[in-house]
Amino acid sequence: MLKIDNLHAAINGTEILKGLTLEVKAGEVHAIMGPNGAGKSTLASVIAGKEDYEVTSGTITFEDKDLLEMSIEERAREGVFLAFQYPVEIPGVSNVNFLKTAINEIREHKGRPLISAKDFLSLVKQKSSFVGLDTSLTSRSVNEGFSGGEKKRNEIFQMAMLEPKLAVLDETDSGLDIDALRIVAGGVNALKSKDNATLVITHYQRLLDYIIPDFVHVLYDGKIVKTGGKELALELEEKGYDWIKSAE
Amino acid sequence: MMAGYTENELAKDLADREYQYGFVSNIDADVVPAGLNEQVIHLISAKKNEPSWLLEYRLKAFEVWKTMIEPNWAHVAYPKPDFQAISYYAAPKQVKKYESWDDVDPEMKETMSKLGISLEEQQRLTGVAVDFVMDSVSVGTSFKAKLAELGIIFCSFSEAVQEHPELVKKYLGTVVPISDNFYAALNSAVFSDGSFCYIPKGVRCPMELSTYFRINAGGTGQFERTLVIADELSYVSYLEGCTAPQRDENQLHAAVVELIALNNAEIKYSTVQNWYPGDKNGNGGVFNFVTKRGICEDHAKISWTQVETGSAVTWKYPSCILKGDYSVGEFFSVAVTNNFQQADTGTKMVHLGRHTKSTIISKGISAGQSQNSYRGLVQIQKQAEHSRNFSQCDSLLMGSVCGAHTFPYIECKNSTAQIEHEATTSKIGEDQLFYCQQRGISEEKAISLIVNGYCKEVLNQLPMEFAVEAQKLLSISLEGSVG
Ligand SMILES: Nc1ncnc2c1ncn2[C@@H]1O[C@H](COP(=O)(O)OP(=O)(O)OP(=O)(O)O)[C@@H](O)[C@H]1O
Ligand SMILES: [Mg+2]
Repeated sequence: MLKIDNLHAAINGTEILKGLTLEVKAGEVHAIMGPNGAGKSTLASVIAGKEDYEVTSGTITFEDKDLLEMSIEERAREGVFLAFQYPVEIPGVSNVNFLKTAINEIREHKGRPLISAKDFLSLVKQKSSFVGLDTSLTSRSVNEGFSGGEKKRNEIFQMAMLEPKLAVLDETDSGLDIDALRIVAGGVNALKSKDNATLVITHYQRLLDYIIPDFVHVLYDGKIVKTGGKELALELEEKGYDWIKSAE
Repeated sequence: MMAGYTENELAKDLADREYQYGFVSNIDADVVPAGLNEQVIHLISAKKNEPSWLLEYRLKAFEVWKTMIEPNWAHVAYPKPDFQAISYYAAPKQVKKYESWDDVDPEMKETMSKLGISLEEQQRLTGVAVDFVMDSVSVGTSFKAKLAELGIIFCSFSEAVQEHPELVKKYLGTVVPISDNFYAALNSAVFSDGSFCYIPKGVRCPMELSTYFRINAGGTGQFERTLVIADELSYVSYLEGCTAPQRDENQLHAAVVELIALNNAEIKYSTVQNWYPGDKNGNGGVFNFVTKRGICEDHAKISWTQVETGSAVTWKYPSCILKGDYSVGEFFSVAVTNNFQQADTGTKMVHLGRHTKSTIISKGISAGQSQNSYRGLVQIQKQAEHSRNFSQCDSLLMGSVCGAHTFPYIECKNSTAQIEHEATTSKIGEDQLFYCQQRGISEEKAISLIVNGYCKEVLNQLPMEFAVEAQKLLSISLEGSVG
């Protein structure tokens, strides 16, 4: 589904990703771990198409299409979803209006009819209870005045509403209490199917107790330096990153 | 909910990139030759069959105007109009009264339907009584009978002069005196027509009163005069909407609006202003120099809400004189400028009475190479004990070559007053745009969402049908302003 090959990306002339290669197949869950500043959020942003980053070489294909050729919104409409490490506030725009606009843009892109008000509302009801998002939050302005945990939950709610093929979760677990963590993880697991894939960026092995990854990768200094199974996360938790850094 | 708009209709509207109301209709107009002198004023007054006190009022205003010079303190630059090149009166030739809707000139009907305001539909669907001012003479007034039952007078200004001269004479010029400013003096001398509204004691006007103004005949300046009087304990919500046909030469619009809220009365005055702003290169467009002011007696309230998207140059300060104790003044404004538009707008809140309260919420949005200024005066007079003002002036910048300016003036002569002023300037956030786009929303639509969200406090003040129109206008006028 997602193929990243020898990706180099820079911001303001500083190279951050330095030859990253990664393949994610449909139905898989991949975890990416790594020290602060390694380039994890950068990778997420480049996949999503943030314009500040310059891809200097390498390729990304998504379902055999050249992702780098697509605009941000085209990628989203094709099924790429990014749960932000720092969700953005949009004052005065209600969550539901925001999502309805998004859903209809995606539907229009796919040549499907726009969603009716009734279907939309029942979808909101279903998905918000599913991810444990207080319904009063759905009509409030997007992320405005939300607590840290509520913002993260809202990201998962949006993911549930938009049903992407590839979800990239950038530290969605940070700032969540243990119950929220379970709910969010439950949401991710329930949305999992053989047709979609998830890329989980996290610092904590804890999340991976709930979202069982098929692969764990260590991103360090702009490259994937180690790949393993679930047990790699445990090892990292125990030993930290130094042994990987020195192995370099 | 108005929030539903963006999803369903915006795309269609966005496809329609040019100024959508830019057309000229071909109704024969009875036009007075260009130029301004006493003779022209006599002629206007005679054509309108006015009483002599009104002619005298006009002549006096003309005398005063001649001694005044065009103000240049506003943060706008434009070629000064040649006042001798303007024709000061145009009436549609066919001025007979229509007995029924069928009698109305078909071309005029078409004009109205192009404007999207078919009277029948307005009447049936929205319960809005529309007094349609076209080239200065009202051609259709509806719901009159129903309003008349309640003793409400809602008619063209000329009609009021004929039928209710005592009211007009009593209140005309009491809020905006002849000598108030250059354009007000000019308007007082040559005003063509406008609207008049009187709500009797204790009456709550059951529907929104609405007037659609538009400039039509080529080269005719428009000098509207509006007078709204809410008698004690009454309430009225008044809507004013503007659309103007596209043309090349600059057109002058210098209206005067006077509101009078007597004891315990409330007037809500909402405007969506969409005069032709000029093209992308700054050619053409309407000059909009308006004087709007209201006076509040004891416990009265006046609330101005405006959404300003049009005009090449706007100069406008809807104001409240809080004369009565416990009176309340409000000003909610969204002013959008794009391309080469210039707006200098704001309000004046003059606190005279005790325990008076005013609120100012101003949202400026500048894009392109435009200049957008907020200019506001809060004045607390000596006797205005325990008065309060809250002002919030936000500016949103789109791009880096536009300008946003804030000129707040505060004069406080009473130490018991509480004045709060907040101001912010922000750029439309790259992060917000990225967030929206990452959810599949196009950049244009994202901007529209963000901007509408930013203006929500003001848009929420508008009556429903106006709010929808205002949202559309915001999107249309900001088109192509990013990227
Ligand atoms: N605008 C910028 N200009 C220069 N350097 C930048 C810019 N934005 C990010 N960086 C740098 O890029 C590197 C990678 O940042 P990134 O946010 O991808 O790290 P991360 O792996 O997500 O870290 P964390 O675990 O703290 O979230 C960091 O060293 C950061 O300082
Ligand atoms: Mg990060």
